[in-house]
Amino acid sequence: MLKISLSKIQDLFAAIAADEALYIPADNAGQPQFMRWQEGLAMTDALNTVRSAKDFFFPQTENLVSFKIQGKSIEIVDPRTETEDFVVFGVRACDVRSFSILDRVFLVDPKDTYYENRRKHGTLVSMACSRPAETCFCHTFGIDAAEPEGDAVCWKTEDSLYIRANTEKGEKLLEKLRPMMEECGDEAVKAQQEKTHEILGKLPLNNFTTEKFDGDVLLKVFNSDKWKSLSEACLGCGTCTFVCPTCQCYDIRDFDTGHGVQRFRCWDSCMYSDFTLMASGNPRTSQLERFRQRFMHKLVYFPANNDGIYGCVGCGRCLSKCPISMNIVKVAKCLEGEL
Amino acid sequence: MQGMMIARAKELLQNGTVNRVLGWQTGEFVYDITPAVFETAEELDEKFVYNAFCGNNLSKYLVKETKKDGKILVFLKPCDTYSFNQLLTEHRFDREKVYAIGIPCDGKTSGEMVKSKGLSGITGIDEDGDNITVHTIYEDKTFNRDEILEERCRTCKSKKHVAYDELIGEDGEVLDSHRFDMVAKLEAMTPDERFAFWRSQLSKCIRCNACRNVCPACTCEKCVFDNPASGIAQKAAADSFEENMFHIIRAFHVAGRCTDCGECSRVCPQNIPLHLLNRKFIKDIDELYGDYQAGAEVGSRAPLVNYTAEDVEPSIVYHREGK
Ligand code: SF4
Ligand code: SF4
Ligand code: SF4
Ligand code: SF4
Ligand code: SF4
Repeated sequence: MLKISLSKIQDLFAAIAADEALYIPADNAGQPQFMRWQEGLAMTDALNTVRSAKDFFFPQTENLVSFKIQGKSIEIVDPRTETEDFVVFGVRACDVRSFSILDRVFLVDPKDTYYENRRKHGTLVSMACSRPAETCFCHTFGIDAAEPEGDAVCWKTEDSLYIRANTEKGEKLLEKLRPMMEECGDEAVKAQQEKTHEILGKLPLNNFTTEKFDGDVLLKVFNSDKWKSLSEACLGCGTCTFVCPTCQCYDIRDFDTGHGVQRFRCWDSCMYSDFTLMASGNPRTSQLERFRQRFMHKLVYFPANNDGIYGCVGCGRCLSKCPISMNIVKVAKCLEGEL
Repeated sequence: MQGMMIARAKELLQNGTVNRVLGWQTGEFVYDITPAVFETAEELDEKFVYNAFCGNNLSKYLVKETKKDGKILVFLKPCDTYSFNQLLTEHRFDREKVYAIGIPCDGKTSGEMVKSKGLSGITGIDEDGDNITVHTIYEDKTFNRDEILEERCRTCKSKKHVAYDELIGEDGEVLDSHRFDMVAKLEAMTPDERFAFWRSQLSKCIRCNACRNVCPACTCEKCVFDNPASGIAQKAAADSFEENMFHIIRAFHVAGRCTDCGECSRVCPQNIPLHLLNRKFIKDIDELYGDYQAGAEVGSRAPLVNYTAEDVEPSIVYHREGK
């Protein structure tokens, strides 16, 4: 375990940023967001960013390929230029876990090489939580907020930052920082963890589980008549899917540039009327069906295809950001009565 | 208030005046309230709520709800009644299928507002007159109501209901609010400063469409931004230009129709002060064409769709030096 005084944290950032791009959660016009570190950019005290860290590997929009047309020839241009290594610093335990969910989608055959490329270049430094919010329920999915995964993990106390490597990538990063840090024991970290666990036990969603959805429940859940009232007020806005660290759907479109075609992808949302639009229309014609898709995917379809792992990490973003306050916890609690 | 509302809703259900009730229902925490349709007295007893967190404007739901059979009871706060009238002006729902009850409002707060005061782990709230005590797993804190009201409530334009079939409680007055103060500040900035302000705010946008989908003035069957044939359909803004355009186009589309209900700013997950764009239009319309409040009455001819010989000339833009 290594330790550095919080008063020297900017030096630490400078040391990391000397060789690679560094992103830290900072204040952007009043909202916490990962921003590229430059001298003086301070880390926010906010629990979590509005947009999750998935943006770094699966950005909201990205160009996949462009076709340049000249006379009768078409030139195919691969726009990928990212070879830059980068560090995302201060990722919470819930968000770190989201990558093992996204990996199951993007890194199975056929691999998504855009995502894979960024994963290779990115180092994740997580930050343990000490002040979780009422909307947090990471523990439901076996995540320990006080002991996050990640290439390296940090704990922030009153006056110091503690850091430990979990992986080879993390080791490599710490090697570089070692000269400016101090070797230390893990007593302070243990003490903080104990406190955090105590707080987690007091959270209102402490006892929330999705156990009832384990096993063969697909048709029962799908056919429940509860979906009607659950989805009644849904605006179909897509906020829940865009703030979600595990939502993974995208749309691929061609943009006519006048002298060629720019093929790009952007996040999509099952809440939208043109989601999976095909020649015959959208297979889900009502908001009830679209709303059901989101929760079926997270609670039933994803686990059915992924060894029982749920498509949610309990970050609580959809709980605090949905304009009508409808969310996965309310849905699961309402439906579990049927199981 | 909540008790009176439930009692009246039950009566109207029972005597057959209405078949359904549109209101707010309780959630997991104290603040996460969801608009809901109630069909029975039991449902009302179990879940109906009216408190400082019932910010959602229910009027837009009438577009959908009045397509169903029977009549629906809706509860409207003063600001919601303006949206109600505006929707009627635009023939968006059938008035015959609605029974509207106006209810008083002392201003609303929200989970996000409370959290913006640095509180987390919220477990409960006590309302005692103008004092609101928030309980959290970390601490308890008492606020004066004004401190944690949403912006739109701190600058409330009217406590008067402009549409209802009956009222519960006393009606209020149109207020002399300071809602254009910030717009005036923006106007006083240099174009560069103003551009920087809006870029910094709009750069946070994730194009989740919450602002559009919640907006009672946005009831198009197919929004231009969702219509592949429009040429400007986007699910995400590719660059800052598109980010700006989405908001500017939307503000133009609702100009003269926006009642300043404040829902767009309330729902924005990035806390972008969208109301300032709309208020700029409202302020301009007031100054250029005379005071006009969208939704104040049903069927009014809004200045932007009505020609009069006194209308300003386009050269006004030049005289105002681009402000
Ligand atoms: S559940 Fe909430 S956030 Fe998601 S689409 Fe519906 S209204 Fe929007
Ligand atoms: S579904 Fe909600 S709580 Fe779960 S990971 Fe997504 S945003 Fe977080
Ligand atoms: S189907 Fe819906 S819930 Fe599932 S990943 Fe896609 S957008 Fe998210
Ligand atoms: S869900 Fe867990 S890991 Fe995520 S912010 Fe809350 S306590 Fe931390
Ligand atoms: S609600 Fe906010 S983040 Fe969402 S599209 Fe509107 S301005 Fe952008």
